[in-house]
Amino acid sequence: MASIFAVESGGNVYQSSGWLLENVWLIPLIPAISFALILFFGKKMPKGGSELGIVMIGASFLLAVLTAGQWIGQVNYADNHGTEQAHCFDFGDKHHGDDHGEDDGHAEDDDDGDDHSAAGLLLYPGETASAFFVEDGGDGNSSSPCPVISNTTWWSNGGQNFKVGTFVDGLTVTLLVVVTLVSLLVNIYSTDYVAGDRRYTHYFAFLSLFTASMLFFVVSENILQMIVGWELVGVCSFALIGHWWEEQPNSDAALKAFLTNRVGDMGLLIGMIILFFAAGETFSVFEINALANSGQISQNLLLIASLCLLAAVMSKSGQFILHTWLPDAMAGPTPVSALIHAATMVVAGIYMIARLYGVFFNGLSIGGSSINALALLGAVTCLAGAMLAFVQNDIKKVLAYSTISQLGYMALALGVGAWTAAVFHLMTHAFFKACLFLGAGSVAHSVHSFDMKESMGGMRKYMPHTYRTFLIGSLALMGLPPLAGFWSKDEILAGTGGWGLFGGTGGNGAYTFALIMGTLAAMMTAAYMTRVLYLTFFGEFRGAHHLHHDDHHEEEHADHGDGHGHDDHGHDAVPHESGPRIVVPLYILAFLALTTGFLNFPGGFQLVPKGWQLRFEHYVEPRSATEYFPKIAHATPSWTLAIVVTALVLCGAAASYLYYFKRVDAQGGTELVNGLTERNALAGWGHHALVNKYFLDHIYDSGPAQPASVATPAAGLWATAAGLGLGFTLGNGLDISMPWPIIWGGVAAVTIFLLVQSALLTGIGIASFVKKPMAYFINWFNKSVLDGVIDNTGKGAVAVADVVYHKIDQGVVDGAVNLAGAASSGAGGELRRMQTGKVQQYAALLFGGAAILAGILMFVI
Amino acid sequence: MFLWQFLLLSAILFCIGVYGVLARRNGVLVLMSIELILNAVNINFVAMGAFNGTAAGEVFALFVIAVAAAEVGIGLAIVLLIYRNRRSIDLHEVDLMKG
Amino acid sequence: MIPVLAVQTAQTIFFWVIAAVMIFSALRVVTTKNIVHAALYLVVVLAGVAMQFILLGAEFAGATQVLVYIGAVVVLFLFGIMLTRAKIGNEEKADHDNKIPAILTAVLLASVMIFAIFDWSSDLQFTVEKATTGNELGRGQIVLEEQSVRLVSDSIFSEYIVAFEAISVLLLAALIGAIVIARKE
Repeated sequence: MASIFAVESGGNVYQSSGWLLENVWLIPLIPAISFALILFFGKKMPKGGSELGIVMIGASFLLAVLTAGQWIGQVNYADNHGTEQAHCFDFGDKHHGDDHGEDDGHAEDDDDGDDHSAAGLLLYPGETASAFFVEDGGDGNSSSPCPVISNTTWWSNGGQNFKVGTFVDGLTVTLLVVVTLVSLLVNIYSTDYVAGDRRYTHYFAFLSLFTASMLFFVVSENILQMIVGWELVGVCSFALIGHWWEEQPNSDAALKAFLTNRVGDMGLLIGMIILFFAAGETFSVFEINALANSGQISQNLLLIASLCLLAAVMSKSGQFILHTWLPDAMAGPTPVSALIHAATMVVAGIYMIARLYGVFFNGLSIGGSSINALALLGAVTCLAGAMLAFVQNDIKKVLAYSTISQLGYMALALGVGAWTAAVFHLMTHAFFKACLFLGAGSVAHSVHSFDMKESMGGMRKYMPHTYRTFLIGSLALMGLPPLAGFWSKDEILAGTGGWGLFGGTGGNGAYTFALIMGTLAAMMTAAYMTRVLYLTFFGEFRGAHHLHHDDHHEEEHADHGDGHGHDDHGHDAVPHESGPRIVVPLYILAFLALTTGFLNFPGGFQLVPKGWQLRFEHYVEPRSATEYFPKIAHATPSWTLAIVVTALVLCGAAASYLYYFKRVDAQGGTELVNGLTERNALAGWGHHALVNKYFLDHIYDSGPAQPASVATPAAGLWATAAGLGLGFTLGNGLDISMPWPIIWGGVAAVTIFLLVQSALLTGIGIASFVKKPMAYFINWFNKSVLDGVIDNTGKGAVAVADVVYHKIDQGVVDGAVNLAGAASSGAGGELRRMQTGKVQQYAALLFGGAAILAGILMFVI
Repeated sequence: MFLWQFLLLSAILFCIGVYGVLARRNGVLVLMSIELILNAVNINFVAMGAFNGTAAGEVFALFVIAVAAAEVGIGLAIVLLIYRNRRSIDLHEVDLMKG
Repeated sequence: MIPVLAVQTAQTIFFWVIAAVMIFSALRVVTTKNIVHAALYLVVVLAGVAMQFILLGAEFAGATQVLVYIGAVVVLFLFGIMLTRAKIGNEEKADHDNKIPAILTAVLLASVMIFAIFDWSSDLQFTVEKATTGNELGRGQIVLEEQSVRLVSDSIFSEYIVAFEAISVLLLAALIGAIVIARKE
């Protein structure tokens, strides 16, 4: 494979990469074309445009797999061949946007003696980079592969070139495969799920547009393009969540998703602008990372930029505080939830951090500390999401909170420096979460409801395929060996470096709190998934009443017109298994959930040969010799860690099993009568807080004082961000160790918040105090003074007018006037024809007159 | 490029706009046709400016854009008021004169 | 470098393609019975105008066109359509029954204008090229400076400053006027 994909040509400079790696822009282009075609021609096609979507996304998936193959070839070639290139790209004195024809004067400034014109990027727009491998200071027989960057300038103004292009490395290739595969399976699944829907074609068009946008975001070469892709996926999410917008809750959910993301997008824009200026006015991802890693950007600047970008990640990837839109987004069709809110869009924030890891690693000082903002955020999200999943009755909401929790894991992993673990978890999570969501959709499709307590139960007998795949997905989510979730979760927990990893070797720091919170969340995940399994698949079937009502469907269900695959349910009172188009994708995803974990056996894992260990990391993680990736330490999990964590997870599952499968089942029903939350006040209050989602929605949607209600959440959020940022900056700047910066940050946040609130309330108070007396005074002034003057003037005027009227007006003036009047009205009667009151007739006369005048001007004068 | 290309395009858009203003019954559609007219004029300005190598054409087009935006704002406010008072923006029903 | 003839041909081809789309969309704006479709076709026309501006080297005007017209005016139209409860789908009362005066006026105006255009300008040619270093153009072509935005801003704030201030006051008046007219009592 190496010889096909990499060819050496004379000298030592030019080695080619694969054709697909350089033309990867095709992969987002195909779904975009699919979107356009489905929009224009979908209604006329026999299957409503879905066949077009499936074929084209399938083609994209194929290309993505081939691109992955070429990248693997690239890495293999690098492993076996040395090179003399020292840099992937040589930016010299950072000539951005100038033509190199003006370069001559700068030759004396660079001290590395390289020939800029040979190895410089941006020499001619549209060309790909020149160095594909870089020496990694090793033995000279291997090198590190550079990312394949290809770009072209689409606009230039004011000395700045705006480019659009692609950046292909292991991370890109991983996401390409995941996104196209899940999108393809979701498209196939949707042909059955939304069959007969009122806007079938429109739905498939937007699925294609979403796929195109996400792929566009993933291959982005510069941060401007990333912003465009970010916003585009937000728009598609809005359109797809609100697919059945005729029902108010759905359109509310879509708006909530979009507006919450907007709050975070402020952080995105500010962060990207800071990075642009900090890196010397360049948008290029490679350059920004390289400059961040080499220490040429001040650490405080990187910290502020990272914190701003974290705000964006909080909203897009559902981290705590701005996660409230994700559960509401379940109002959209289930395949949409599987694609967008489990596997692809919500990982956009995680992807951004992974892509700009140089900025985050250096900005947040991830190496060698024991706490940082990202790790804290991830850990809190992990735990908060897991706790909320316990009290949901809607199966999709459980999965939504589970997604929030798993996204917390990914953020946690990135925050402790376990980059590959995060990306690997991203991939495995995409597969098993999509499997779970599609399984939930399959169950809901047959019982016409998403409420587990009310209408599911005992589905194991009626839907065996769905049960099996859902079970596999759940076990993967819980992290039981040998399924995929076990491998990726263990790698994350190992990466925290806490407590010496029970005997493993060290990571980037000692994030003990992350280890504890992560393990707790894993236990809770096991517990709530066992609860879901019990309520859905075991026990007695409770949904018979739903199946009797043939015409009243829940708002989630698609319209049934023609083309629906099921026969009508009016006669049988049991649900039945879904058709092959639903079940086959489930099996494919379950298979992936089973096997994907084997891609990344930990280093030193005694049961597999050395050549099989860390394959994923080998191909996906960038090498620090390429300069755009920081030097991070890699932790190796130990047997102790694996055994202890698995045992704890099984404890969590066992606790839930005892509660549900034994005690609840014995009583019948869905929960214990007179359970703990009713007997114990503290537990009851905890339950109340969870059911109200920590009252976050109350804070965001309404407020105690009307004018302050809009300002309160925004003020609170930004005060917190400002406070934390100040705290961390001061802490970093004054070199003080944690946790003092957090404490200062918290104090600053609370102070700012209280200041803003009191200012608002003082303003309101003053206004209301002064209102009433002022109103009385104005009223008196109006009545007595102003009106008095007017009244007297009026009386005087009336007297004068009287005289004038009787003597002069009636006698003299009227006579003349009447005469004139008669003449006028006669003429008027004729001219009245022109005044029809029809505006457009006036316009016609206007334009006609103008034309005639112009004609006269031209011909006569 | 020839200058007449742009002027021709401008003239055609202008006349399509004029047709729209005269033939449409819905107030909002008339306003849209007026927008067509204004844009045709803008193309004219910018083309002439580019032909003469000066920025004056572009500047004037910017002013026209600003005025057009203001006009659409007021126009729609008036249409809204008509709708509120008469429940309809059909221009046939908005003439009280009997001539 | 790219030869001048190729640039001219490319520009001409682009112009005609965009012009054809614009004219088709403009016709659809004035003939379609679906109001929302008319607004969307208007967007196509406005985008086409923006592209023509960019073709003519007036990028600032093009960007402003997109921002103001498509971004604000069209949204305003859509709000107007929504607030006046336009029907979803076709509306029967979109056109007058008697369109003959309209067609006549438009045709008359068109013929006068087209005659004037061809009579006066049928031989006037120009090319829009950005002057960047190293490019050699043929002589006799009109060339714009590289940074047309700077030229525009210089113009507005020196030569046309009075007009600029007047526009500001106009916009203020329009803003206040619109609020006063359309507010609920």
